[in-house]
Amino acid sequence: MGIRERLSGNEATAIAMKQINPDVVAAFPITPSTEIPQYFSTFVADGVVDTEFIAVESEHSAMSACIGAQAAGGRAMTATSANGLAYMWEALYIAASSRLPIVLAAVNRALSGPINIHNDHSDTMGARDSGWIQIYSENNQEAYDNMLMAHRIGEHPDVMLPVMVCQDGFITSHAIENIELVEDDKVKAFVGEYKPEQYLLNKENPISVGPLDLQMHYFEHKRQQAQAMANAKKVILEVSEEFYKLTGRKYGLFEEYKTDDADVVIVVMNSTAGTVKYVVDQYREKGIKVGLIKPRVFRPFPVDELAEALSKFKAVAVLDKADSFNAAGGPLFTEVTSALFTKGIFGPKVINYIFGLGGRDVKSNDIEVVYEKLLEIASTGKVDSVYNYLGVRE
Amino acid sequence: MGKVVEIRWHGRGGQGAKTASLLLADAAFNTGKYIQGFPEYGPERMGAPITAYNRISDEKLTIHSNIYEPDYVVVVDDTLLTSVDVTAGLKEDGAIIVNTPKSPDEIRPLLKGYKGKVCTIDARTISIETLGRYFPNTPMLGAVVKVSKIMDEKEFLEDMVESFKHKFASKPEVVEGNIKALERSMQEVKGL
Repeated sequence: MGIRERLSGNEATAIAMKQINPDVVAAFPITPSTEIPQYFSTFVADGVVDTEFIAVESEHSAMSACIGAQAAGGRAMTATSANGLAYMWEALYIAASSRLPIVLAAVNRALSGPINIHNDHSDTMGARDSGWIQIYSENNQEAYDNMLMAHRIGEHPDVMLPVMVCQDGFITSHAIENIELVEDDKVKAFVGEYKPEQYLLNKENPISVGPLDLQMHYFEHKRQQAQAMANAKKVILEVSEEFYKLTGRKYGLFEEYKTDDADVVIVVMNSTAGTVKYVVDQYREKGIKVGLIKPRVFRPFPVDELAEALSKFKAVAVLDKADSFNAAGGPLFTEVTSALFTKGIFGPKVINYIFGLGGRDVKSNDIEVVYEKLLEIASTGKVDSVYNYLGVRE
Repeated sequence: MGKVVEIRWHGRGGQGAKTASLLLADAAFNTGKYIQGFPEYGPERMGAPITAYNRISDEKLTIHSNIYEPDYVVVVDDTLLTSVDVTAGLKEDGAIIVNTPKSPDEIRPLLKGYKGKVCTIDARTISIETLGRYFPNTPMLGAVVKVSKIMDEKEFLEDMVESFKHKFASKPEVVEGNIKALERSMQEVKGL
């Protein structure tokens, strides 16, 4: 079952796209996601996919071309990072509000400035309110698996929203690791065909896409968009369950690692969650009860489920690989604490660390610093600082 | 947790240290291991010092940080010995493998008091004599496998024959030279 391979995160993503065989890929290269359209364009040149590859002159055009293609009734994909994603900005909102389930491979990189090519989450965190579903991936395997599930989620009639599949630039995008691929025919059967209810090239039922929408209807359309995002949660779980039956790999809204009897947990997304697992195992060997919660789905935010899961711990540290510059806490932290507050859960002490900005390497002893602080809070019940920075010189 | 072997490569941009680390990852993957092979990207310039890493394990790897206490260090360009702290964090029961025509005794004084094993390999001579040009990757790979014993030598060589046949399908004439380079480097590495 499955094909044993070794691939980088970018290679794995490009192969997922090959297996999906979308109608249109429009992309403009930017480090560290460049390899995805590069590899994919060789599949186009070799005739192994039927995709129309549009080598556009900017990311704004890449997203605009995807919007056009998807509105016409096709399946469109792209890939980008950092300033490329920022340059797509206004089009991201248009894709989401036009209810076009485009799929974008986001290879996370620090958003300039200062200019930096390395990983953090400031790019996709900036796009968190654009109306896109956001799914985060710890490693090449998850980047691949999430990509295979993305169309099924976005194209569901109750959802019809674009999906961003995120992975850490260089750390997983350029690291070769073991991976298990799904056979081509099984992917084809799983992903299925895109059959939109309404599309521009349907001459039987002409529609227009993106017209002026003023006081009379705009608000209702935004309300429907919000409902679609709420509906996505159930659909993500259903698709993930079906994927589990296909591959044996289980995915939820978030992953809990050794949390059953844990006193303290770290909440962190993407590749750092893997490093945290390594540290958790070391603590567990010494009999110290620490765990990890790794959010996979950031949009929609799993408010109820995450608050419930966190309610039993004495102390929680939320690690943000992006700062909000609100002088109060990173984006993941504020959403987690807001979830706890609205659910009336005041038991766990929650602290925040901003970490790893601009590709600052996250070492296992950085994670140990966090667990030591959490264990101290769990035993004393005292929090001296809520909003902190990890691994920075100051 | 099983034993994880961690390797750090030092080279210069354009010399193929990254490719060599990926070749090693490939070879270990083909013998059934869990592997990681990743470069540390900086400003990408020809000739600038670069670092690449490997983790090789019998169990699944989850850690995603750089390597600070490697079991082995491989130096693809000996001019780096005076400008980069190549033995930083290197375990004393590990080894450093340097591409140089010099002997381990001549190299040791440059290694800031490193007490572990020092091995040298003349990858340039081997490469020129077997491949006709300077490609240090293949001989360095042979030397690393010989010194680190991370794979069975026979299994490794058999696997590499297949791998080279596949990689050089369009120019089969270089397969023999590459195999020869591997065999020679495994015999000629000094300081074992």
